Amino acid sequence: MAINWFKYSSPASFYSLAGKMIPIFVILAVVLLIAGLYVGFFVAPTDFQQGEAYRIIFIHVPAAWMSMFLYVVMACWAGIGLAFNTRLSSMVATAIAPTGAMFTFLALWTGALWGKPMWGTWWVWDARLTSELILLFLYIGFMSLQAAIDDPRRADKAGAIIALVGVINIPIIYFSVQWWNTLHQGASVSLNQAPAMATTMLTGMLIMVFASWMYSIAVILKRTRVIILERESHTAWVAELRKKEAI
Amino acid sequence: MLQGSSLACVRGDRRLFKDVNFSLEAGGLMQVRGPNGSGKTSLLRMLCGLSNPALGEISWCGTSIRALGGDYFATMTYMGHLSGTKDDLTVVENLCISSALAGIEVSESQAYEALKHMGLGGRETLPVKVLSQGQRRRVALARLLVCQTKLWILDEPLAALDVSAVKLMQCLLEKHLEQGGMVVMTTHQEIDITAASIIQLQLA
Amino acid sequence: MFLWIIKRDLLLAVRRRSDVLTTLFFFVIVVSLFPLSVGPEMNMLRTMAPGVVWVAALLASMLSLGRMFSNDYLDGTLEQVLLSPQSLSLLVLGKALAHWLVTGVPLVLMAPILGIQYDLPAEALSVLTVSLLLGTPVLSLIGAIGAALTLGLRGGGVLVSLLVLPLYIPVLIFGSGAVEANMAGLGYDAHFSLLGAFLLVSLVFSPWATAASLRVSME
Repeated sequence: MAINWFKYSSPASFYSLAGKMIPIFVILAVVLLIAGLYVGFFVAPTDFQQGEAYRIIFIHVPAAWMSMFLYVVMACWAGIGLAFNTRLSSMVATAIAPTGAMFTFLALWTGALWGKPMWGTWWVWDARLTSELILLFLYIGFMSLQAAIDDPRRADKAGAIIALVGVINIPIIYFSVQWWNTLHQGASVSLNQAPAMATTMLTGMLIMVFASWMYSIAVILKRTRVIILERESHTAWVAELRKKEAI
Repeated sequence: MLQGSSLACVRGDRRLFKDVNFSLEAGGLMQVRGPNGSGKTSLLRMLCGLSNPALGEISWCGTSIRALGGDYFATMTYMGHLSGTKDDLTVVENLCISSALAGIEVSESQAYEALKHMGLGGRETLPVKVLSQGQRRRVALARLLVCQTKLWILDEPLAALDVSAVKLMQCLLEKHLEQGGMVVMTTHQEIDITAASIIQLQLA
Repeated sequence: MFLWIIKRDLLLAVRRRSDVLTTLFFFVIVVSLFPLSVGPEMNMLRTMAPGVVWVAALLASMLSLGRMFSNDYLDGTLEQVLLSPQSLSLLVLGKALAHWLVTGVPLVLMAPILGIQYDLPAEALSVLTVSLLLGTPVLSLIGAIGAALTLGLRGGGVLVSLLVLPLYIPVLIFGSGAVEANMAGLGYDAHFSLLGAFLLVSLVFSPWATAASLRVSME
């Protein structure tokens, strides 16, 4: 059975497809979230070193992973939009940015909450924390650039360029911060000595990672739908949709 | 030589024009007409390669101008609403540098001659910021004299020009067309130009 | 044509010397503010000096980015540059180079004097100067991308800092790191090699990205 995938690259058909897919991902996200939190808070054993406080990793680690992963995905879509002039991919990139920024913020915040009982301070200039902070700046830069441009096509392309420049720079920035951190090894805190993890902890974390995935997909699809409606508001099919929904 | 087929332009949500077709031969003049906001400037910017048409294809001697890139720019001179002169540079510096950037190195004497022809004799070493709007326009138009490109794309070349300058412009255009050059221009003023072929392109 | 655009921008800078001087004085004032805010204790100032001078250089270079393309954009000369038969990347490289000559080089020349205010030893002064010499062209090159992307936007000046400052971080780390390493009695060759590597990478990629950004912004 051959499915014409290109059909879904037109905003109109993507709009209806996304509408059907969103409930599936929402349900998956909720189920996985409940399962993950249950495993995380009730099944996983208390860590003998860190006590109960370690349980924040069930949110912290998935958030940190998603924040980095989503930036790369966003840059890929933006790049495709720039190279092949496909409007939909640029819209997806725009839709990913706020979710990515949200996860970055969440990772920083939960990291601070974790840091207080562990190291006795909310913030350390650890290489990972610093890189995550810079990642947040990159997200904010992308979003503010797009927000400042009125013409949506120019916003797409300009955003794509800055996202791609950012993606090239992320390894360089990460490496520089790492170097900088070892040069200033004043603070004795290091995140690198992760204790061996119990299997249930790992399971809980993985379930939470999948839950974040499902959540991200659902939200991104939803946001893309809104962007499509906004941009295509002058077209015939949106007018028809409006008429249908009015009834 | 210069061909446009089924060109369309979209600005924001609005479609300015669609299905614009034309074919301009050597020695031909195309006048783009239409009310304010009909997309004349947008069309001209497309023709010179500053922006891309939403639909359609522009070709020069049978090849798409996208593919030609720099080779196309070397055969074309565009003059937009903005004069493209630097306020802090003198008149002659402006002419020399702008032609150099267009790929044509001009000697000082050539530049002086062109400026004299444009009625700017004696003002060559003044900074452009002290000139009037019409005189700045003349500085910009002097570039047409020194850059012997085949295709001229002119957006409102007569704006701010006085009667004598309009006359001068008319002669300049006729001479260029006679030599087998091509001109695409927009204007709100009536101008009487004789040419081998004249196309009137009306935008809705 | 590459030389013509440099010549033009330098000529314009000579005609408008005040623009160059304001950037330079901004640099001097920012560096001089730090002792006033943290106290005149010499040991602390000495450790702070490389970072302070580098951050001030970053800000000064960034402040002048707005002028790189926006004046040309407003008077229509940028359109003509885009329509030049010469490759746009090369012309952009010329503009970035001119920007560096006008803003970066004065900072480099001024840095040793400011370093003396902070009581840096002679060797650290020369390391600071060389690190700025290697690093400031990178700032101009990366900054050109931001300047091209924010062309003609409202609030472009603040926006450009949001876009560009995170990208400046590696240069900042290794630039000030070289001086710190020298003061700590460590080798600083690796820092210089990396700054040199950044310079090469940005020489290759940045004109290309800037040219693409200009085309997007002018469409």
